[in-house]
Amino acid sequence: MKVKKFLCSEKTAPYVFALPFLISFVIFWIYPLISAIIMSFQDIGAVSTKFIGAKNYLKLLKDGVFHIAVLNSFEYMLLTCVLLIPFPLLYAVLMDSRLVKAKGVWKAVLYIPALTSVVISGTLFRLMFSEYKTGQLNILMTMLNMPTIKWLKVKWTSEIALLLLCCWRWTGVNMLYFLSGLKSIDKSLYESADIDGATTWQKFKFITIPLIKPTSIYVLTITIYAGLSMFLESFMLWSGNSSPNNIGLTIVGYLYKRGIEKNDMGYACAVGVVLMVIGLTINFIQLFFNGTLKKEED
Amino acid sequence: MVNTVNAQDASTNNSNSAVKSEGGMKVKRSIGTFFATGLFLVLSLIIVFPLVAGLIASFRPGRELIRRGLSISFDFSTMNLNNYNYLFSGRPDAMKYWMWFKNSMLLTVTTVILTLIICYFVAYAISMYEFKLQRVIFVLVIATMMVPFEILMLPLYKEIIALHLIDSMWGVMLPGLCAPSTIFFFHQYMKSLPKELLDAGRIDGANEYFIAVKIMMPIVKPAFSAMAILCAMGSWNNMLWPLMVFRSASKFTLTIGLNTLLTPYGNNYDMLIAGSMMAIVPILILFLIFQKYIVDGMTAGAVKG
Repeated sequence: MKVKKFLCSEKTAPYVFALPFLISFVIFWIYPLISAIIMSFQDIGAVSTKFIGAKNYLKLLKDGVFHIAVLNSFEYMLLTCVLLIPFPLLYAVLMDSRLVKAKGVWKAVLYIPALTSVVISGTLFRLMFSEYKTGQLNILMTMLNMPTIKWLKVKWTSEIALLLLCCWRWTGVNMLYFLSGLKSIDKSLYESADIDGATTWQKFKFITIPLIKPTSIYVLTITIYAGLSMFLESFMLWSGNSSPNNIGLTIVGYLYKRGIEKNDMGYACAVGVVLMVIGLTINFIQLFFNGTLKKEED
Repeated sequence: MVNTVNAQDASTNNSNSAVKSEGGMKVKRSIGTFFATGLFLVLSLIIVFPLVAGLIASFRPGRELIRRGLSISFDFSTMNLNNYNYLFSGRPDAMKYWMWFKNSMLLTVTTVILTLIICYFVAYAISMYEFKLQRVIFVLVIATMMVPFEILMLPLYKEIIALHLIDSMWGVMLPGLCAPSTIFFFHQYMKSLPKELLDAGRIDGANEYFIAVKIMMPIVKPAFSAMAILCAMGSWNNMLWPLMVFRSASKFTLTIGLNTLLTPYGNNYDMLIAGSMMAIVPILILFLIFQKYIVDGMTAGAVKG
């Protein structure tokens, strides 16, 4: 009876409710995170594991393939930010205006790619970017009287394929994010701006942009993280984790290759820690410049 | 609310245009409508193109796919239902596909139910009570969102092996059940609800758990719908982690299974393309039913981060 009363009291209940999170947090977050850091200083063999200091990191400094992976991920991240912030924002602004008819249809259609898994979308894009003249992109090239291209064998054309795949999947999602940000703006602001004779561009610059800042920061953050940790898109486009001259290799791809395919866990964890440091650094810089760090999180 | 604002907006615009030339404004507006709607029409066509091409290709033999690429020509003489007949034929190869399908279904349904229940209660605790660790737990939830899963992947993999959960559904599911984004969403939804509801329940003699389940849960129902669809999408399409955890072909989910059809020793495109199209169907149906909740679910974090 006493136990029941204790468990049902107002003081205990929140802890009971939050318990699964605390357990999961310790087992599936803190523990692996700390192990990742510890493992990155180890040489993990099949039989024995020994500490080797910063050797993994020193090796990473000289590892040319890793440098390619970092550059690829960086380039991909920057380009996705360029493509997946301004355009979805523009579409959202149009969608929010009274200019567009049949909004529901467009919103639904633009969201559909997000429903498909990478296996399916990756395979479809691989077929479209096939090097044979039957691939859609090569059909387009032929129509434009240009030579066909081996899309997925050259760095810059394969980058186009990756970026198109990424834009195809996420433009609609980001547009919906911005759209919800726009919906939260008080419309009377635009009216008073109209009375003051503001142009459309001025309204966009001085009302829309500042007021959807929380949304923009959120979208920017997830785009940066998704860009840096991209792996499956390239895994599917090249149907496996190896591409000619590593043109499709990303940081996570290298982590997977080292850790799972070559079973060198220690070295792979060092790759992971570097990824985490890069991600957090970029994010802090971004948040610093956007001035969110000064405010309360809540 | 929105409607009245729009109506006001329209009336101000009308009076403005009355001052200028009414006809000119109207023409300008309809040109704008033409181009803006046209833009979305073009975008939508580009978006559906790969899927339509895939759908048409699924009615042709896999060999054609290699020979002619993703052709979008509606040439009915070369199109047939063979790939789908094969999928439904009950042959061992085809049964493999349905096993993946069943595994995906089971995994998705279980994941959605457990995730929603667990995350609801965690969010309930941090938004409805004032207790010592409240703030700490909230910060921890945010912190877990800041580290990409890919970094924890390898130690988690070792851990799952040590816990003997490798090659099992639980190994795939357990690490993700306390989804921080889901907790965060429920929290955003609940923090504006009046706490007096709890007190009213307490005065009536209900205990804390009864209040959480019988009084609050029905109020939070829309949030459940929003999270259910997003969670189902994530689980149905999840690939990287299941790829690491599952080992035996009998446990594969659709994403992993379809991926195995792409082998260096000749791809089974017949089954791949038809199977891929079938794999989109369940999630597409869910999307069409729950569509209006998706926006709420996605944007809780974005509007007031």
